[in-house]
Amino acid sequence: MDDTVATPWKIRAQSVGKVYDTAAGPFTAVEDFDLTVGDGEFVAIVGPSGCGKSTVLRMVAGLEDVSSGRIEIARGSDPGKPTNSVVFQEYAIFPWKTVIENVAFGLQMRGISRAERLDVARHWLDRVGLAKFAEYYPHQISGGMKQRVSIVRALANDPEVLLMDEPLGALDAQTRVVLQEELLRIWEETRKTVLYITHSLEEAVLLGDRVVLMSAQPGRILDIYQIDLPRPRSFETTNLPAFADYRARIWDKLSAEVTRAMEMQP
Amino acid sequence: MSDNRRAILSLAGALVLLHLVLALFGLWRDWAWPAIGVSFILLVLVCERLGRMVPARWRATYERALALGFPLLVLILWQLGARFGLINPLWFPPPSEIARALWEVSVNYDRFSGTSLLGRPWLIPSAWAEGGLPAVGALLSESHLLATVGRVLAGFLLGAIPGILVGVVMGVNQTVRLMLDTSLSAIYVLPKIAIFPIVMLMFANPFGEGPKIVVVALAVFILMAINAMAGVRQIDPVYLMAGRNYGAGPWQLLRHVILPGALPVIFAGLRIALGTAMIVIISVEFLRAKQGVGYMTYYYWEVLVPEKMYAGLVVVMAMGVAFTALLYWLQRRLMPWRR
Ligand SMILES: Nc1ncnc2c1ncn2[C@@H]1O[C@H](COP(=O)(O)OP(=O)(O)O)[C@@H](O)[C@H]1O
Ligand SMILES: [Mg+2]
Repeated sequence: MDDTVATPWKIRAQSVGKVYDTAAGPFTAVEDFDLTVGDGEFVAIVGPSGCGKSTVLRMVAGLEDVSSGRIEIARGSDPGKPTNSVVFQEYAIFPWKTVIENVAFGLQMRGISRAERLDVARHWLDRVGLAKFAEYYPHQISGGMKQRVSIVRALANDPEVLLMDEPLGALDAQTRVVLQEELLRIWEETRKTVLYITHSLEEAVLLGDRVVLMSAQPGRILDIYQIDLPRPRSFETTNLPAFADYRARIWDKLSAEVTRAMEMQP
Repeated sequence: MSDNRRAILSLAGALVLLHLVLALFGLWRDWAWPAIGVSFILLVLVCERLGRMVPARWRATYERALALGFPLLVLILWQLGARFGLINPLWFPPPSEIARALWEVSVNYDRFSGTSLLGRPWLIPSAWAEGGLPAVGALLSESHLLATVGRVLAGFLLGAIPGILVGVVMGVNQTVRLMLDTSLSAIYVLPKIAIFPIVMLMFANPFGEGPKIVVVALAVFILMAINAMAGVRQIDPVYLMAGRNYGAGPWQLLRHVILPGALPVIFAGLRIALGTAMIVIISVEFLRAKQGVGYMTYYYWEVLVPEKMYAGLVVVMAMGVAFTALLYWLQRRLMPWRR
């Protein structure tokens, strides 16, 4: 287990726990969660479904309170920057706003002038090849395009850290690969601090500087793997022997966890 | 292809033959209604086959022709049926009579009650020349149509706006919802016309416009509160999370997420509320009014002029259609993301 970072930390979670108050009594979703994410680091979290990954992310985002422990996000020099922006699995781009209005949403909420925020949004749409769909409504574009919009909505907001909750989970396999490469390219250019949740081990190894493996019920960190694959990475990276090594090593533990999680299901 | 054509010919032939045979044996009059029922079924079968032969690019035209053609056919048969004594013209005066009655009530001025259907718009220029705006106002105030339209519009706005506000608050705040939901649901099932007498009591002039507008408003209010609440509640929570995460405060959340998210359900509610408002205002005018389309319709029942009663119903329908078109227009303006 390796939870030391060389660079100054950007996200720090210390013995975080989450207990939901349910009708059936208290339910411990997350327990003893300790994680430090360095500045500019890409950390991927994998674990069986229902193990508390989304709960962790929502707590880091401040959308949910922690029951115990603490979570901090280090602020940079610019106090106007938002601390975090979330990319949701279900896209969560507003159906009633056009593509460009969606991308400019965070800036609009911060009171940035219309001309300026549309400029920023157009720049980002250009970078993911969506410029000509700027005036479309979400129902007029494909799932892959929607998730691109959702990703650049977060990037246009220029947050301290980017939080992604299974952003490619709902896409078909081909679109997924295309978007993984696009993510790698953009991350290479921006070097944002990213906390990335996925249920795909390949995706975690391909994207992450480190992979955090979580256990099922209650969600705990089982292990953290340093992924020393060369950057810049691309789909080609998945052909490296080292990639297969990492995948095999983590899969051993993950598969045991998935089986355990399934057996715990009523 | 030719199979279809043969089937159409034989079905159409059977249709004609049925009536010819009945007529020939002098049975047509007694068997008219069963014959009409069978004819309808045969007609449906013919049109089904016809529909199969229509190429895709004529499809829309064919569907429109069927949707408009059949009611037209019914009107023609109604006309013929009334003419030849098949249907009692006292219950179902022929369409031509209704059209004539509609024309009559449109151009006539009832000296006794001082009313007309439209307010005699053709007299506006001379009224304007004689007495200016007040004279035009006096002229239009004699209109049954404008009286009803005014009551519906006033009641609708007076009910819908506060109703939507209360509904949104109920949708957002669980405490308010729990406190109000039971009462609203209870009042919802109460026929609003039953409250009319109480509302009349509350006004200094129980026979004035006040109580009529207030019952309409009340009916619309309840419906819109319930609908707006449902509209807010069906918003996917992920949109609220996204709104908050991207820095929206409570008011921004309301303006950018909650209102647009609830709008589709709110508009569905407005269409229902419109129908309810029409029911309420016409019943109120049946009950207690000296003016209005409902009053006019009821008046012609009392003096037993059925074709003019029907003319009143036609006006009510036209109002409903016009209001619905207005709502659709508003919906397209406010919800451009829905096509
Ligand atoms: N609001 C909530 N109330 C009660 N239980 C919850 C709530 N949200 C999530 N849970 C439970 O917490 C566990 C972890 O959920 P989640 O974080 O969504 O898992 P994951 O994202 O890893 O699939 C699940 O068992 C889920 O049922
Ligand atoms: Mg999840």
